[in-house]
Parts: sequence; structure tokens; C-alpha cells
Amino acid sequence: MMAGGNVRFLVLILAVAICGAASVFQPISDSHRSAALDVFVPVDGSYKSLEEAYEALKTLEILGIDKKSDLSSKTCENVVKVLQSSSSTLKDAFYALNVNGILKCKIGEAGPKDIVSQLQAGVKDAKLLLDFYYSVRGLVLAKEQFPGTDISLGDAEAIFRSIKSLSQSDGRWRYSSNNPESSTFAAGLAYETLAGVISLAPSEFDPSLIQSVKTGILKLSDSIQKYDDGTFYFDEKSVDASQGPISTTASVIRGLTSFAASESTGLNLPGDKIVGLAKFFLGVGIPGDAKDFFNQIDALACLEDNKFSVPLILSLPSTVISLTKKEPLKVKVSTVLGSKAPALSVKLTQALSSKSVDSSVINNQELKFDADSATYFLDSFPKNFDIGKYTFVFKIVLDESAHEKVYITEAQTKVPIAATGAISIENAEIAVLDSDIGSVESQKKLDLTKDGAVSLSANHLQKLRLSFQLTTPLGNAFKPHQAFFKLKHESQVEHIFLVKTSGKKSELVLDFLGLVEKLYYLSGKYEIQLSIGDASMENSLLSNIGHIELDLPERPEKATRPPLQSTEPYSRYGPKAEISHIFRIPEKLPAKQLSLVFLGVIVLPFIGFLIGLTRLGVNIKSFPSSTGSAISALLFHCGIGAVLLLYVLFWLKLDLFTTLKALSLLGVFLLFVGHRTLSQLASASNKLKSA
Amino acid sequence: MARSSTSKDAQDLFHSLRSAYLATPKNLKIIDLYVCFAVITALIQVAYMALVGSFPFNSFLSGVLSCIGTAVLAVCLRIQVNKENKEFKDLAPERAFADFVLCNLVLHLVIINFLG
Repeated sequence: MMAGGNVRFLVLILAVAICGAASVFQPISDSHRSAALDVFVPVDGSYKSLEEAYEALKTLEILGIDKKSDLSSKTCENVVKVLQSSSSTLKDAFYALNVNGILKCKIGEAGPKDIVSQLQAGVKDAKLLLDFYYSVRGLVLAKEQFPGTDISLGDAEAIFRSIKSLSQSDGRWRYSSNNPESSTFAAGLAYETLAGVISLAPSEFDPSLIQSVKTGILKLSDSIQKYDDGTFYFDEKSVDASQGPISTTASVIRGLTSFAASESTGLNLPGDKIVGLAKFFLGVGIPGDAKDFFNQIDALACLEDNKFSVPLILSLPSTVISLTKKEPLKVKVSTVLGSKAPALSVKLTQALSSKSVDSSVINNQELKFDADSATYFLDSFPKNFDIGKYTFVFKIVLDESAHEKVYITEAQTKVPIAATGAISIENAEIAVLDSDIGSVESQKKLDLTKDGAVSLSANHLQKLRLSFQLTTPLGNAFKPHQAFFKLKHESQVEHIFLVKTSGKKSELVLDFLGLVEKLYYLSGKYEIQLSIGDASMENSLLSNIGHIELDLPERPEKATRPPLQSTEPYSRYGPKAEISHIFRIPEKLPAKQLSLVFLGVIVLPFIGFLIGLTRLGVNIKSFPSSTGSAISALLFHCGIGAVLLLYVLFWLKLDLFTTLKALSLLGVFLLFVGHRTLSQLASASNKLKSA
Repeated sequence: MARSSTSKDAQDLFHSLRSAYLATPKNLKIIDLYVCFAVITALIQVAYMALVGSFPFNSFLSGVLSCIGTAVLAVCLRIQVNKENKEFKDLAPERAFADFVLCNLVLHLVIINFLG
């Protein structure tokens, strides 16, 4: 018993795991292109900065949208200004060269030399990773755009080593030698820079250097993270990093592809991970943020442009198979940017039903190819292909012939498929039974496809029975998601009951004797409505069966009243009753004049005290006359006065902590002064006593 | 007869008390006056509270306790300063006064905090 239960549990977990990994990714399409026009909108004909201009122009270029003519003039002006000035920063020069590469502005003769010498000086003086990045990549761009000028890197090996010195053992990179924090985003920038150094270097590099970089890449790819749907991504280790997963992953991909291109090798990542990275970017959808959009499109373009590992994506325009329409299931295979895939064949290796996970309904079926629409399709389904939820497992097999590029695909792609069909409803009937004997008083056959006008009557001692049979197109038992039976009284009070399905038969028995209280003892005409629905049912129905006259006993005193039904059916969505809050009634304070009178009365005893003192003949004769003691005595009295003043301030506005702080200071002072005064007084009185 | 003798006794008692009191040293009389002042102030506060209700009860308590506290401290000072008290013969009156001042300052800090 237990073992059986455990096995079932395990199968359920496995089913959930498989279902969790199934999802569909669509390549970049025209909806992306139209969205790009909305996201990258220049302000007054130009972009806020050269960085934003570069991102916008590069994205539009990759997507094949030509917006250059609108923007060239103002942006080119900025570019020329930066490239001709001798005081531009390395970052501005870098982005200006990037934009120039796309727009091809007219720079003039003197421009390139200045900017090249600036960048070369930048490389020599660079200490931070970002300085290396901008200057080296700037020189690479300058070499492409101005073929005449002579660009040399000086001691390339030394530059390589100083960039490498900022790396960490786990494959990440630091931004500067002072800052110990390492970042994956910086690692991407570093790999791009190193690739630039290799491409600009006059001679071959020491292979051990290159190998150390490759080991670093392997370490970095160990930190790749995975989502449940099979996508891979890179993210920063620290929680408050400034770069999110999209920009970090894009930076790493840029770095790895440029390094691989400079070495003329493939990316050092397994095929599944490359496709997983591509799927991560495709899974983002259409980003609303310009930077995320640029990172997504740029990274996908990097993955597509490299010669050694171009990912192919399998996508389905529709994941629903309708058994009534008998349309074929279409599958498309393309690159991530939507370009044509090479010659290949698509096989459906398994079709696992959600009900029986171990056995597959379809095995190793090859899909046919339609050259006109470049889609693969499956038009014949086996006889035992019933409605329900399935997981189709596809496999792409590339043709053996040599291609220009090396394409990679996933080992297998799991796609959730829903099969829908028409459910047949038979033997629908409604009957009123006498409860004790179970004999049928009246029975009516129903046609649930159209509204009926069945008229029944029952009293509280009888039962109502509704039954019907649902079968799938293949004749299997079917349990719908929704089977609701609704009774609605003339006064709009409604009751809903669930129709239970067991095997092929669905039945509901309402015993009115037990339900009188639920029905609020309301007798009268009830309308009957039945609704049956399911995700895989194409002919879900909602039918008004008819009405039933119910005769229920009188409501006793203590029974609950039916809730007030408003005439407006949508008033339950209207405003609710106003809540009147009960606040604490403020205490009654005495009249102001009375309080002021008592204030005066309180002062009277003090005046009486002063008068009494004068009558007693109080004097200050023993106030010390010598200056030293006089000063301490005076300070003593002032100190006490100051403390009392502090207390008044404490009551008026200070808080306890500042008061205590001030009091401690004053207290020390008072202690000191008071001790002096009183000891002097004591010694004076002692002298008098002895004298 | 008896009534006049009791009243005469009362009068005599009163006179003798008065003359005995007049003999007390001046500093003790000052302290006594201070105690009376404090107690009368407390009584006026209680009368006010009886009239208008004790709404900010903490303020009432702090006011009354300030008066009573300072009266108690003054009584302690009187005991310690009184030369006829053999127990405190060795205690210098200045020391007692310093204690009185210190305790009053602490009492009034607490009172002001509680006054609200």
C-alpha cells in the first residue's frame, strides 16, 4: 500500500518537473521591430547622450529598421565635435566612434589622428578597467573606420598583463586595483578589451596567457545560473549590484563572442547553455526600457553573428490542436533574430500525456516540411490521441552537409500542447424522486444543446436528480473542470451546486429536506440553469433547462433571512456603505478662566512664603565677602538657577536625552562649585565656633 | 465652668506652644515656612482637581508629588540641621543642605519628565 502510494507520489513529482521545464520561446519578430520604434524615441531630433544614441542606432540597425536619415545631422554634429576636440573623455570618444561606425559621418582629415593619439595615450596611462575598455575598444573601432591611419598598441603584452591583473580567481573582474569588489559585468568588459588587445597586437601572444584567459572563462561559466524553464543567465553576486541579469548576461556574451572571434574559435560553452542563454533573452519579451532592449538585441546579434555556435530556436505559432478542425500542428525553426535556418529535419520523439506520464502516445514521428511557409507540420495524429494536456518533445536533426556556420540546437525541446475536441453529452435527464421509496414521480429527458422549457414541481419531502453522460471523441470518460447547477428564485436569490462526475456518469441529487434551511425556506418558482465547461471542451455549454415549483414549509422565527438582492445585477460592484469611524471623544477640559484663576491662586502661597521670609528677618549677611568665595557662591546660585532653567526648557521643548546630557555637564559644574562654596562656609562657621 | 477651663487650657496651651516656637532658631523657622508653603500648594492643587476632574492625571500627580516631595526633603533637612538632634551631631549643616539641593534637583527632573 505504502510503496504504491510512494511510487504515485514520485510519478507526480516527475510529472510536475517535466511540466515545469516545458515552455515556448518565440524568435525576434515584427512586433519587436515596431516596439523598437516606440522605445528608441529621440528628443528633438537627437539623443540625450552619445551612449544612448549608439544603443538606439545599433538596435535599429540589427533589427533592419532604417531611421538613419532622420537623425544623422544632429547626432553627426555631436560626433564630429567630440572627435575633433582634444579634451573629450575616453568614454565620449568611444561612443562617438561607435556611432560613427553606424552613421558614417564625415570627420575630416585631421580628426582621426588626434583621436587616435588621444586613445593611445589613454591606453598607456590607463589604470582602471573602464579606461582600458574605452581606449582599447576605441582603437579597434578607429582601425576599422580609418584604414589609413597607423594604430599601434605599444607593448601589447604588458597591457594584456595589466588588464589580467585585475581578474579574480573565480573568473570575475575588479574595476580597479583599489576596489576589492568583483563583478561579472566587468568580466564581460574585460574579455572584450582583451580581445581588442589581441586583434591590435602586432605579433602572436604567448599561448600561456591565452590559456589563462580561457581557464578564466571556464570558471566564469561555472557561475551561470538557471531558471526552471531551461534558460541560463549570468547575474551579479552582490544583492545591490548596479547591473541586473539582462545587462550582466549581455556583457558576458559580448565579451565571450569577441574573444572567440579574435581567437577564431568557438565559445567555450556547451551547446545547451548557449541555447539557454539565447532563450533567456527571447524570454524577456519586448522590454520597455531602452537599455534592456539594446542589451537583448545586441546579445542575440552576437550569438547569431559568431561562426561557431549559432543557436537555433524551435517555436510554435499555436500550441493548441483542435480535433474537430483537423488542422496540422505547425512548428517553425529559425535563428534567434528570425533568419532562415539551414536544412534540417524535426522529429517528434515523444508525446507524453498528463494523465499517463510513462507511456508516450506518439513515438519518433518525423514532421513534414513546407518550403513555401518554411514550417514543419504534423497533420496525422494516431487513433488513440484523445483530448487533454500533453507535453510534446521535439528534436532537431541537422542535415549532414557542410554549412558555412556551425549551428547548435537543444538536445530536446519540450512544449506544452493542449488538445481540444467536442464532448458528446448523452442521456441527460432530470427527475423528481420521492425520498423514502426512491420512486420516480416525474422524469424528463433533456437536450442540453438548446434551452428547454421543462416544468417540474416538488415539495420539501422529495428529491431532484440530474444526470448525464460525458464522453470524449474517443469514447473515454471525461471529467469537466466546471459542472454547475444553479437554482434561481423569483426574488433573485441564487444557489449553486456542483455536479459530481464518477467514471462516465455525472449526477447530482438534491435532497430538499436537508436543503430547506440553505434555500431560506423560500417557496415558489425556481429557474434551473446548467453550465458545463472545460479547457479542452470546444462545446462548453450554459443552458437554461426550465423551472421547478418548490413547495417548502414556513420559515420559523430563528431561521436566517435571505440576503437582500438588489435589482441591479452589477450593484455588487458599486460603492459600499459609508463607514463612520468612532473616534475617541476628547476629555472635557475646564474653562479657561477657571484655570487662569487657579494659576493665580497657586502663586499666592509662594508670595506668602516670601512675605513670611521678610517677616522672619531673612538676610544674606553671611554671604562671603572675599572675592574667591564670593565668586564660587555666586556661581553656585547661578548653577542651581541654570539647572532649574534647563528643567523649564525640558518641559517646553527638549527631550530627555538632550536634557540629561546638559544636566550631566551642569551637574559636574554645580558639584564642583557647590563643594567649594559649602566647604568654605563650613570652615568659616567652624572658625567662628572655635573662636 | 469646665468649658471655660478647657478653653482657657487650650488658650494656655496655644500660648505656650507659640512662645516655645518663637524660641526656635531662625533657620529652622525658614524651613518650617517652606514646608507650609509646599503643603498649601499641594492642597490647592488637590482642591482644583476635585473641582475640574483629574483628566491629565499624570500632571496632577506630578504637581502634588513635587510639593509633597520637596516638603519631605525639607523636613529631612530640618531634622539634620537641628542642633538639638543628637544623632546628627557630626553631620555638618552644609552637607545636609547640599543633600537637600541634590535631592530636590533629582526630584524635579523626574517631576518635569512626568508632567507631560
